[in-house]
This record gives sequence, structure tokens and C-alpha cells, in this order.
Amino acid sequence: MATEPKIPDLSEVDTPPNLPTGTPMVQFDKVVKRFGDNVVLDHLDFSVEQGERVTLIGPSGSGKTTILRLLMTLERINDGVIYVEGQPLSHMDRGGKLVPANERYLSTVRKKIGMVFQQFNLFPNMKVLENVIEAPVHVLGVPKDEAVERAKKLLDLVGLADRVGQHPTSLSGGQQQRVAIARALAMQPDVLLLDEVTSALDPELVADVLNVLRDIARTTTITMLIVTHEMHFARDVSNRILMFDKGRIVEEGAPDKIFSEPENDRTQTFLRAVLEER
Amino acid sequence: MPKVWDWDLAGQALPLLLQGFLVTLAATVVASVVAIILGLVLAMLRRTRFAAVRAPVRAFVEFVRSTPVMVQLFAVYVVFPGLSPFTIGVTVLGIHYATYMSEVYRAGIDGVPKGQWEAATALSLPRGRTWRAVILPQAVRNVLPALGNYVISMFKDTPFLAVITVHEMVFQATTFGGDHFKYLEVFTMAAAIFLIASYPTSLLVRRLEKRLGH
Repeated sequence: MATEPKIPDLSEVDTPPNLPTGTPMVQFDKVVKRFGDNVVLDHLDFSVEQGERVTLIGPSGSGKTTILRLLMTLERINDGVIYVEGQPLSHMDRGGKLVPANERYLSTVRKKIGMVFQQFNLFPNMKVLENVIEAPVHVLGVPKDEAVERAKKLLDLVGLADRVGQHPTSLSGGQQQRVAIARALAMQPDVLLLDEVTSALDPELVADVLNVLRDIARTTTITMLIVTHEMHFARDVSNRILMFDKGRIVEEGAPDKIFSEPENDRTQTFLRAVLEER
Repeated sequence: MPKVWDWDLAGQALPLLLQGFLVTLAATVVASVVAIILGLVLAMLRRTRFAAVRAPVRAFVEFVRSTPVMVQLFAVYVVFPGLSPFTIGVTVLGIHYATYMSEVYRAGIDGVPKGQWEAATALSLPRGRTWRAVILPQAVRNVLPALGNYVISMFKDTPFLAVITVHEMVFQATTFGGDHFKYLEVFTMAAAIFLIASYPTSLLVRRLEKRLGH
């Protein structure tokens, strides 16, 4: 296990990293997800390359958040297979056959993935620093003083170095969300999932959170899957936009193309509605 | 005409009552420890994914809650004659209250937002660590006042132990009253001692409730 944080000095890189080719970081293979009779994802196929930043857009209920939750193993799929770095996430190999993954298997694969939630979900019974070192110490086995040092660096990165000893409840929503970002990064995931991370924030707090994420996108090679309604942010950080409707991808492409000259009717209506809202 | 209230007699009874009160306190403390720990274990067993464990635990909880504690005391006293009455008393009282406390814990655990479990999963925390470090500290904090109220209630139920000859305060009062054919003084004093002990405790619990924002 690498112990150096994947967050290099912010001054090091200024352009998006070149995308390496090879095994996709994330691959959905005919994935079906139903809630009762409601088919949320209908034989969904797509993949995300290593280091790629992909933003999922689309009306609510189109399955975007479900994709992130499936990747984080918070939901189980009904059919199909999800691969992370070529390794099945939803299934495990038993005697050459893919069978549904059990808890032990899941717990090894999901370490590659980190997630930041709309509602932050910090642990209120722990101080800021404890939130960030909890998993590195108890999951990765990082010695405590080393974890503390790394956590402080990460909290510095998100602009909260002076809040290490506070309880999350004493912080603003934007600050809490930045702690949550630091907490997710502390596990050094290969893939970072951002699920509407600014939707629960007061408008004046959104910018700080997005700027932290822009920095991270600019200076690291971490793969990102983003669900957001912040279209400017999506345009800034994404390599690719996937437009979802009713559990299917109706259009995909580079941000410039999708935002400037969308081809699909649904994409056009959706973007018009979202941009008018602002 | 005989005096209604005999101060001499009251003076004689006091040391005996205080001696009994120590037993009452000891019984409350030991039974509380049993109830607080076992209640949590029962609550967690009722949430395990193994149905073969859940069903009998649930049946046990229902059985204990649906029968009077005095009957349980007698039954165990008769079945295990070798055990000391104190041991039987605190065990039965502790188990009885554990079943009530398990419901309290359950409410506390259910009250922890789903997002906390999800964050723990997203950080790959093992299940045991999630319980210990994330869920239980929040769940228990929320139900501390309810647990405190059960402890007070258990304190007031310790006189039941007199029926299996535990020498707690009410046992002493009964004996003393029988010896002197006069019950008014001892029982009034016993009631006063209960009040002096439990009223401040319940005020403490109320303050705790306020502090936790209930």
C-alpha cells in the first residue's frame, strides 16, 4: 500500500494529466437496477478511463445517483456486471464463474473507491481530525502519527487546517463538505465519486467547495465520477459528459460539444431548463 | 392512648434501614450493569442478519416482558436453590430490565441517520468498527436519558427482592415492623430514603435530557 498521498504539491501540475490507455477504471456491463417495478438502469453500458473525469447529467430520477451508489456498493445490482480496474465489483470469481460478491470480497474492492455525499455524512461524534484519520488508521493500518500528519496536509489542502480540533457540527455546511472531501481523499482512492456535493449548501458556500474540487482535479490523476447541477463546474473539470434519461445514456461527448451544440432533444431541453434556473 | 409516631422507635430503626439501603444500592448498581450491557447485546442480536438468532431472541424478550418480575424472581429462586438470593435477585432484575432497555437501544440505533452507515461503508470501515466507533456512540448518547429513567425505575423495584429474602431496605423495614408490631415509622422512613435518593437522580436525568435537546 502506497503511503504517500496522491495529492501532489498544488504548484506542480497546471494542465489536466494525459489520460493513460488500457484497462478502464470503471466499466458497466449491461447493468440493470430496479427498485421494485421501477427500472432505474436498463442494461447500461459505459466505461470510464483511468484519470478521466466524467460528469453525469440529466433530470432527477434518470439514474445518475444510482450509478454512484452501485459503484460505492451501497446498492446491489439486479443484472449485469460492474468492473473496477478490470476486477468485478458486483461479482467475484468462484471456480471460473462469476457469482454475486459477498461482504468480505466487497470490502476489499471498495477500498479503491471513495465517495462524497450530498449531506456530508461526517461522524458527529468525532472531531474533524478524527473523521479524517478514522479509516486510514482502522482500514489501511496506517500508524496514527503518520495518518495525523497526512490528514493535516489534506485539511490544509481544503483550507481547514485551523479546524482540526473542532466538532463537525460547529462548522458551516461548506466547511463540513470540505472535511468530507479530505476524509474521502485520505483513503487514497483510485476513483472519487461526487454525489451532488453542493446541492445541500447555501449558495454563498458553493464556490469554496467547487474551488477545492477544481484544485484536486487539476493537480491529481484521480478518476472522478461527478453528479452535479453546477454546469460551469462540470464544464471546467470534465473530460466527458454523459447525458442520462430514464436509465439510459442519450448523449455523450466533450463538455464543449454537449454544452454548446447538444444534438439530442432531451439534452437541449434539459440544459435549457437547468441554465434558465440560474 | 398510644403515640401515633414514636421517635425512639424511628431512631432504633434508622441504622437497620441504612444497612438495608446499602444492599438496595448495591442491587441497583449490579442489576443496572447487567441490564445496560445485556440490553445492548439483545438489541444488536435483534438486528443480526441471521434469522435463526433473531427469532429466539425476540421470543425471549417478549416472554420476559410479558411476565411479572416477582414471578420470575420466585421461579428462579425455586429452580436454583444453590444460588444466593442476592445473585438471583440482581440477575433476574437485570435481565428483566435488559429486555426493556433493548427496545430503548433499538430506537437509538434506528435514530442514527442512514447516511452514517453509508459513510462508514464508503470508507470501508469493518462492521465491528462501524458499530463501535460510529453507530453506538451516537445511538447511546441519544437514549441516555431513557436508560437513566429505567435505572431509577429499577431502583424502585428492588423491594421485590424482599420476597426472595434479600436483606434490602424494605425487607429490613418489614422485619423491624413485625418485631415491634409497628410499621408506620419504618415504612415512612423507608419511603423518605427512597425519595431522597431518587428525586435528585431524576432531576439529573431531566437536565441531561435538556442538554441533549430532547
